[in-house]
Amino acid sequence: MTYETIMAGFGGQGLLFSGKVLAHAALIENKELSWLPSYGPEMRGGTCNCSVIVSDEPVGSPIIAHPNVLMVMNEPSLDKFEDTVAPGGTIFVDSALIARKVRRTDVEVVYIPATKMATDMEAKGLANMIILGAIVEKLRCVDPDNVEEALKETISARKAALLDLNLKAVEAGREFIRGEKA
Amino acid sequence: MAIVFEKPKSLTDVPYHYCPGCTHGIVHRLVAEAIDALGIEGRTVGIAPVGCSVMAYDYFKCDMIEASHGRAPAVATGVKRSMPDNIVFTYQGDGDLASIGLCETVSTACRGENITIIFINNAIYGMTGGQMAPTSLIGQVTQTSPYGRDAKTQGMPIRICELLATLDAPAYLERVAVNSVAHVRQAKKAILKAFKNQVEGKGFSLVEVVSTCPTNWGLTPDKACQFVEEKMIPFYPLGCYKDRE
Amino acid sequence: MSSKVLMKGNEAIAEAAIRCGCRHYFGYPITPQTEIAAYMAKRMPKIGGTFLQAESEIAAINMVYGCASTGRRAMTSSSSPGISLKAEGMSYLAGSDLPALIVNVQRGGPGLGGIQPSQSDYFFMTRGPGHGDFHIIVLAPATVQEMADMTRLAFELGEKYRMPAMLLADGTMGQMMEPVVLPEDTVDPETIPATKPWATTGTQMKRPHNIINSLYLKPDELEKTNYERFERYAKLEKEECRWEEYLMDDAEVCVISVGITARVAKNAIAAARKEGIKVGMIRPITLYPFPKEPIAKAAAKVKSFLTVELNMGQMNEDVKLAIGCSKPVAMCNRVGGMIPSADEVLAAIRKEAK
Repeated sequence: MTYETIMAGFGGQGLLFSGKVLAHAALIENKELSWLPSYGPEMRGGTCNCSVIVSDEPVGSPIIAHPNVLMVMNEPSLDKFEDTVAPGGTIFVDSALIARKVRRTDVEVVYIPATKMATDMEAKGLANMIILGAIVEKLRCVDPDNVEEALKETISARKAALLDLNLKAVEAGREFIRGEKA
Repeated sequence: MAIVFEKPKSLTDVPYHYCPGCTHGIVHRLVAEAIDALGIEGRTVGIAPVGCSVMAYDYFKCDMIEASHGRAPAVATGVKRSMPDNIVFTYQGDGDLASIGLCETVSTACRGENITIIFINNAIYGMTGGQMAPTSLIGQVTQTSPYGRDAKTQGMPIRICELLATLDAPAYLERVAVNSVAHVRQAKKAILKAFKNQVEGKGFSLVEVVSTCPTNWGLTPDKACQFVEEKMIPFYPLGCYKDRE
Repeated sequence: MSSKVLMKGNEAIAEAAIRCGCRHYFGYPITPQTEIAAYMAKRMPKIGGTFLQAESEIAAINMVYGCASTGRRAMTSSSSPGISLKAEGMSYLAGSDLPALIVNVQRGGPGLGGIQPSQSDYFFMTRGPGHGDFHIIVLAPATVQEMADMTRLAFELGEKYRMPAMLLADGTMGQMMEPVVLPEDTVDPETIPATKPWATTGTQMKRPHNIINSLYLKPDELEKTNYERFERYAKLEKEECRWEEYLMDDAEVCVISVGITARVAKNAIAAARKEGIKVGMIRPITLYPFPKEPIAKAAAKVKSFLTVELNMGQMNEDVKLAIGCSKPVAMCNRVGGMIPSADEVLAAIRKEAK
């Protein structure tokens, strides 16, 4: 199985980082993978996305034309990528930031108010990790436990204090999916 | 019989190609004397410029590198950073150091690289046949200022020692001349000091030598020395501009 | 546990260089390669190396020139506009027969261009990376692993043939992360200068002076140095060509592509194969020397060639030259920072297969 994930939103929402954590989790599992950021002149506020491929096969192009996983954290990103999603793919929408619904009917959609959840649990800025938790819980593209392991390895010593909060955010996302299933 | 005069040991036997009356020969000698005095020939690496002294690499017995036009201080930086215990000097003319390589000159000075720069200012491009230099005097006639350098269209001459003296990093900046015996003696002291500073790890040292170009100035060697005294030195006052002792 | 680590291509180059005994990096910031400088800035001070942010690309390459003169493994990195500024220095390095590593993580041009990936410096790097008659070794990695492996290769080939070597990547290769096994840290930087008797390390009063120089005012002498250099190039061309063949055994269409577009092409080839189209790929790994032989051999078997590249057809010309225009050589390209999608490449393959 090959998971081609695009994570998109505004710069500063931590999209490159959540992609990096996913990639790192795949590395722990010795899977084939690639991580490719969009890069532009602006550091904050501009549109931003990254492409993460996790596969059992060697990765060809790291550029994703038709993602089967899409995570969007602003409306322009949903507008931009909705039509590119492969039929049968899954779209994760931060419903606290995006008012509109997904128009496609041939994809699965998870609406998760991640930004509001983050604010409520005093983990502002970690909506990205909440959605990542939801993605891995729902799709099992990597073992969710390895996401936690990846976080431990990725968060720099300078920000070690934030590790617990990140772990909680991932767990909140997983819990959201478990609750949805129940 | 006692030897009272001999060629410095750190000069090769290759005859200079310089024009009669040119002061490069004197300055080469002073550099070699400094290298001899400090006993550093075996660990010295010199950087030759593009200009009349381009073939300086043939004249000094130490290891030599020929740099592209103006980049000698950058090349010297690369050498010094890879071999901090070696002694590294550049030998550059006014077009090389003060025009095309000004950025490298200022930046290297600003970093306080522990190197020695010998800067020959003779107010003209010699090797290419006598064009205006950044240091050519107002009114000076050259191939590219045939009506005399005009400040309005060709700008004012640049004073390198004064310019670099505004920086915090350089250790030693001095302007000397070699148009008289007294001046040569002073120049010898300054050049020795610029090398000694490096040996002692004091940092960036530059000696500007106000020099002649009889051929392109259209003067006899003697008249050229007079020109230095009467025209050059008044605009480029000799003396020490910085000495962080 | 595997020793794979997750790294950006740019970072992999930097770490690999250090592990190959490079202790001197001189650079200037420019997107999309700045991670190399940032990585070196962090690491070099901790291992007694030099990281120096130069005042310009010109100064940086000349610092490399000075450092390489002393026999050290020196490097610089930049992206297309910055490489233009390094052209003078590359010419002097070549003229003085100095090995050094230059990394070019290409972006779109000409002029200030853009910051998105490009392969538009192909001609510049393979034909004339500066004034005068000379070549530099040009290596084109297509994975982060190759970014690391080719860093070592570039140092080694450069020293073997006494010439500058370039890693020619594109913005995508520099920015993407993949698992990479870094080269073993087995090179002692202190031992490298001793292998270079020509280095200007100071005579120690034990030998005649060494001179690093590219000036020869006598034309017959200069001519001799040019001929001597091109003899080395001939040996390089004969012995050091590298390429990858992919599904070429029964191929009727041969894709030629490097770097990121080779990877896009792989996806397209897989899709075309599913449709029953017999298509394969030759991926040049050395761009100078260009692997003419395998391409010429392929010409005897295939119906046509298709170059996939991020320029207006620069490598396309090399393919035509390699096969003496004996078969059609089509092109699928995007420029300015755009990258052809696998679908676009697939459409081009279909057209060639008809």
